[in-house]
Amino acid sequence: MSTGLAAPRTTTGTSRTAAGTGTLPGTGPAVRLEAVSKAYGPAGARNLVLDEISLDVAPGEFVCLLGASGCGKSTLLNLVAGLDRPSAGQVRVAAGRPALMFQDHALFPWLSAGRNIELALRLAGVPRSGRRERAEELLELVHLPGAYGKRVHQLSGGMRQRVALARSLAQGSDVLLMDEPFAALDAITRDLLHEELTRLWQERQFTVLFVTHNVREAVRLGQRVVLLSSRPGRIAREWRVELPCPRRIEDGGVASLATEITGHLHQEIVRHART
Amino acid sequence: MPAPEPGAAPAAASVPDPAAAHGTEPGTDHGTAHAADDAQSMASGLDALETRAEQKGSGAQRLLAKATPPLLAAALVLALWQTAYLLNWSQVLPAPSAVFGELGDAWSDGTLLPAIWHSTLRCVFGFGLAAAIGLPLGLLLTRVAPLRTVLRPTLTAIQSLPAAALVPVAIIALGNSEGAVYATVLLGAVPSIAVTVIATVEQLPPLLLRAGRSMGATGLRGTALVVVPAALPGFLSALRQGWTFGWRALMTAELITATPLPGIGQMLAEGKESNSMSLVLASVLLILAVGVLVESALFQPLERRLLTNRGLTIP
Repeated sequence: MSTGLAAPRTTTGTSRTAAGTGTLPGTGPAVRLEAVSKAYGPAGARNLVLDEISLDVAPGEFVCLLGASGCGKSTLLNLVAGLDRPSAGQVRVAAGRPALMFQDHALFPWLSAGRNIELALRLAGVPRSGRRERAEELLELVHLPGAYGKRVHQLSGGMRQRVALARSLAQGSDVLLMDEPFAALDAITRDLLHEELTRLWQERQFTVLFVTHNVREAVRLGQRVVLLSSRPGRIAREWRVELPCPRRIEDGGVASLATEITGHLHQEIVRHART
Repeated sequence: MPAPEPGAAPAAASVPDPAAAHGTEPGTDHGTAHAADDAQSMASGLDALETRAEQKGSGAQRLLAKATPPLLAAALVLALWQTAYLLNWSQVLPAPSAVFGELGDAWSDGTLLPAIWHSTLRCVFGFGLAAAIGLPLGLLLTRVAPLRTVLRPTLTAIQSLPAAALVPVAIIALGNSEGAVYATVLLGAVPSIAVTVIATVEQLPPLLLRAGRSMGATGLRGTALVVVPAALPGFLSALRQGWTFGWRALMTAELITATPLPGIGQMLAEGKESNSMSLVLASVLLILAVGVLVESALFQPLERRLLTNRGLTIP
């Protein structure tokens, strides 16, 4: 069943010529990484975290980055978010600052749910008069009407992540970067949030770069799954997920592709046992 | 958000799919409104299960619960004191009634209120000024590393100096004046406030700062919209400590400096001059009372409110 659903594909050798500095023109990919490397530490004992990553993400595409510990997933998102600079190569993002969502909700505890969203709107340049209404709309969008005045600590884990999602959307970016956003949630809540995210993505057609170590999650959500090797992070393999959408975590197609990808993931991990 | 009826979700699940019943294609209901409704009621059910209602006692109950332990402690100390006096444990210990009589005398000859008033006024002014200098100074030092490298050890060193060591310096520089008193209060309070502010900002959760930066809150905007509100409970602790240091420094300054205006510290000095233990103890009681009052009427409620808003208090 897995054949025909997934077509392995590699991106090595597809890097294209540079254009502009930092931002991309309206047409073309939403995010483009060109031979991006990142190393930490002094010149003598450099610790290479990412090694020549090249990746294009089309506008409206949902790409999952998958990898074991030490593959530099979070570092990669930081680079795309502009919180860090690559040691070599180029990171380009089409227009604007990408929104970033974390495993921990990272909501501000001194603000209510609604005010958290309004702060993002404010920083995105939305005039004061429109913020309240927009925040209420966004809360409704994530199925949290009436949560406007709630403090962060009054919300459950799943609700917090939904507010965090609404806050990310409030930034008005076409690119949403997600750093294992559902990893700390229980399975039931995670399943619900998968549905919500898929629904929102289909409705709004933003671009998603989603980092996870959960293979089934990657297959369930993504149009493409990119497997990273660890230490240093390199693109090991790539799958295009051609299952009908929306999917469910228990779908047979999801399971069989996840099994195939897990096999490759294990190979990547075992490689480290030998060396 | 109203919680769904218990049993509503299973009932809905057992009912035949309305989409199928109306002749639309079966088996493609994943994306239909029906499935979305299901997901939404599941979500609100989970939300209802996972959030708990906050409970609050009545105001009078809470006040009583809070006031009882300190009142009991005060009563215990008084009883012990009275016993010690009656059993004549110490030659110099006056009766509690003598000490309170001293306060009564001061009240009736009109020296008590001006003393309390002037001391409190000095401390409020001195403390206000110290806060106005200390908070921005601390914040500035968190942002300018070279300045911090130089000033932080200096401030820490001044903080460790007892106020009594500063008073002679202030008197020689500024004379027996209000200025000398204020200088002592400032030197007592400003370093403590600034140092605590720096420590607070350094301990902020990096994730919050990262979230702020990813939303575009950088530089001054980041300081105003993320750093300062995040550090507010710490700033309050800084002010509280600044108040304590300032109040102690003020008493020392009043005790040593011969300013023309009255104060609790001057009462203490008078008691010492006239070798009157009851007047000395009466002054000590006043100093304690003002300290406790400010702490419990100003700082504790403020801190409680800040922490409760952030879900940081234990219910």
